[in-house]
Amino acid sequence: MDDLIAARLQMAISLGFHIIFACIGMTMPILMAFSEWRWLRTGKQVYLDITKAWSKGVAIFFAVGAVSGTVLSFELGLLWPVFMQHAGAIIGMPFSWEGTAFFVEAIALGIFLYSWNRVNKWMHWISGVVVGISGVLSGIFVVSANAWMNSPSGFTWVNGKATDIDPVKAMFNDAWLSQSIHMILAAFVSTAFAVAGVHAFLLLKRGANEFHHQAVKTALIFGSVAALLQPVSGDFSAKDVAKRQPAKLAALEGLYKTSKPAELLIGGIPDDKEEKVNYAIRIPGGLSYLVYGDFNAEVTGLDKFPKEDRPPVIITHIAFQLMVGIGFLLAFTSLLYLAFSIKWRHILVKKWWLGLIAFTTPLGFIAVEAGWTVTETGRQPWIIYGVMRTKDAVSTMPGLHYSFYVITTVYLLLSFIIVWLMRRQINTIKQYYPSAD
Amino acid sequence: MLTLIIIILGVSFLLYTLLGGADFGAGIIESFAGKREERTISKAIAPVWEANHVWLILAVVILFTGFPAVYSSLSLVLHIPLMMILLGIICRGSAFTFRHYDVVNDNAHKYFTALFRISSFITPLFLGMMLGAMIFGRITLNTSKNFYEVFISPWLNIFCISLGIFSTSLFAYISAIFLVGETKNDRERKMYVRFSKRAMLLTMLTGLLVFLISGIEGHSLVKQFFQSPTSIVALLLATAFCPFIWHFLNKEKNKTLYLRIGVGIQITLILTGWFYIQYPVLINLQNGEHLTFFNTQAPAATLKQLLIALIVGLLLVVPGFVYLFKIFKIKSSDVKI
Repeated sequence: MDDLIAARLQMAISLGFHIIFACIGMTMPILMAFSEWRWLRTGKQVYLDITKAWSKGVAIFFAVGAVSGTVLSFELGLLWPVFMQHAGAIIGMPFSWEGTAFFVEAIALGIFLYSWNRVNKWMHWISGVVVGISGVLSGIFVVSANAWMNSPSGFTWVNGKATDIDPVKAMFNDAWLSQSIHMILAAFVSTAFAVAGVHAFLLLKRGANEFHHQAVKTALIFGSVAALLQPVSGDFSAKDVAKRQPAKLAALEGLYKTSKPAELLIGGIPDDKEEKVNYAIRIPGGLSYLVYGDFNAEVTGLDKFPKEDRPPVIITHIAFQLMVGIGFLLAFTSLLYLAFSIKWRHILVKKWWLGLIAFTTPLGFIAVEAGWTVTETGRQPWIIYGVMRTKDAVSTMPGLHYSFYVITTVYLLLSFIIVWLMRRQINTIKQYYPSAD
Repeated sequence: MLTLIIIILGVSFLLYTLLGGADFGAGIIESFAGKREERTISKAIAPVWEANHVWLILAVVILFTGFPAVYSSLSLVLHIPLMMILLGIICRGSAFTFRHYDVVNDNAHKYFTALFRISSFITPLFLGMMLGAMIFGRITLNTSKNFYEVFISPWLNIFCISLGIFSTSLFAYISAIFLVGETKNDRERKMYVRFSKRAMLLTMLTGLLVFLISGIEGHSLVKQFFQSPTSIVALLLATAFCPFIWHFLNKEKNKTLYLRIGVGIQITLILTGWFYIQYPVLINLQNGEHLTFFNTQAPAATLKQLLIALIVGLLLVVPGFVYLFKIFKIKSSDVKI
């Protein structure tokens, strides 16, 4: 295997693995704190049971998230030393804030998980809220470092070196806001639907009970709001990408030729040789409208970029379609959920509805992985957009594929173990929490 | 500004050695203790290990933000030992959590335990080897030379190995002392006292060995050591603390707090001694050049922002940290989940 490919794959595996734990780490504390708050207000055992049952799972996810995050902080250098040598001083600032936020998160989580009998109830609840807030903040900081790679600012590049470094400008680059909002919402959608899905599945399998019903409800309150906001944030992001990275937009929309007006493609498989997309549904002027609010506007295609500056179209386009498709499906489900819980509550216990929610379990995470693929692949061939190419940043150590194999094996193994442990936890819920019986 | 950042980097590393060291050491001690002690050990480290671990992340972030050339050189040339450190970190953390949070206690725990114990040795061993490689002076950044010379020999040599063994026994020592105060069971307590004494002797021996081997290998460590009065004083003081700790270990009612403070001071002294032998050098290169705090520092604008983040961060983190330890380590009783 080519060293560059190995390094890129290792980075993809490591990030793709960590992102799931990061999403759970951002969302679950908020869900748990919400459920605990309901317990504090109402005194109903079921809310406490839900909080405790979730916290056992979260402890595992959080620990694996913490160590896989550590791996990433080293991998940036292990795989991309040239990148870090130049970028370290520029984007170190969001990372140092992220370190702080994560620190607070780890401390508060220690208190939340282990101090049920040691601190006052409200203090305990506050620790949960602090975990959630600092989790979201660390997410924002990390994403803003990634946004800088898409939209580099806060330095001047002279003769292969960065000068006039302004870390504040670098952190608050043009992409940080749209990317952060999109990521945080994605974390909530994916985690909340996964949680709701698992509990809905258990309701289907084991029949009605308060525990799982309340769990589904708590998760969907957050999930549906986030899922309805997500298309808006996606639109904001896409308009932003069109401005900053037209090549990325062209790749994710499969727009080979600059067009005026440009049609919107739904689905389809790009053919790089013929430079066209097959089997897509076409909406005339759709893309022009989405990007510029005008059905006749010109949208830049890939033909405006030399071949060596174009991102891979096939992966980017398909991943993008997958993300958007799932996004709309979940937004639609959320709309139904809100409508049903306002007017037609009896539907919420119907088998088909629970089946639908159970079906959505993995979808949010698939969309997260697809979206991450879009933003990373869509930036290629650059590691710092327009400044440094990925191939110039890779480590010069030969045999990088060995470390790719090792990391992949370890993460695969960990994934299997975690799924297995979760199944064990789910199977014993009844034993520990009478309200789940 | 630079001085403050160096101090914070040093303190993060010190706290990682002390706290993270105690957690890794716990896995080492467990390997020699046995099945019955698993509970005490799990209970002792479960609430704090993640927070302790973050000191390492902080140190890494300071390194790559403040001294990017050092970070990128290390991660290029010491790729293999760094990977080993990481594997140790992943496996230790995951295996420990899996064991601790699994709801069913069956055969699977044997594998989690084995992985937890083995990986508890790996990280300190390779951490020591990496630190050794930084000072030993065989690192070359010219990666076009042959693979062995660039990527292996800087860290896989008898000096680095001796330093790896030293840091492993040091971690075990910190942990043994820490665990003495973590149990109410008298038999168990006596066992940790025994472990503490053995680990202390072993650490002193391996410490001597490091100096001895550096002499044999023709490294100027000994010479540099004798040229730095601070280092001499620090290491002598650290050794002078041993009899006191021994004394408190022998007392029927162990003064947990004295023991912990004592070992804390020792580690601080050892690291200070080490720091002054090297300062301001971070990496000695093969060609006689050095990467120092000064010639690798990031531009002033970056250092300023880094310092702000660190100070604000520490203002938030330190009280939180103290609170966490107050809950779990001062009023030590049963931890229930």
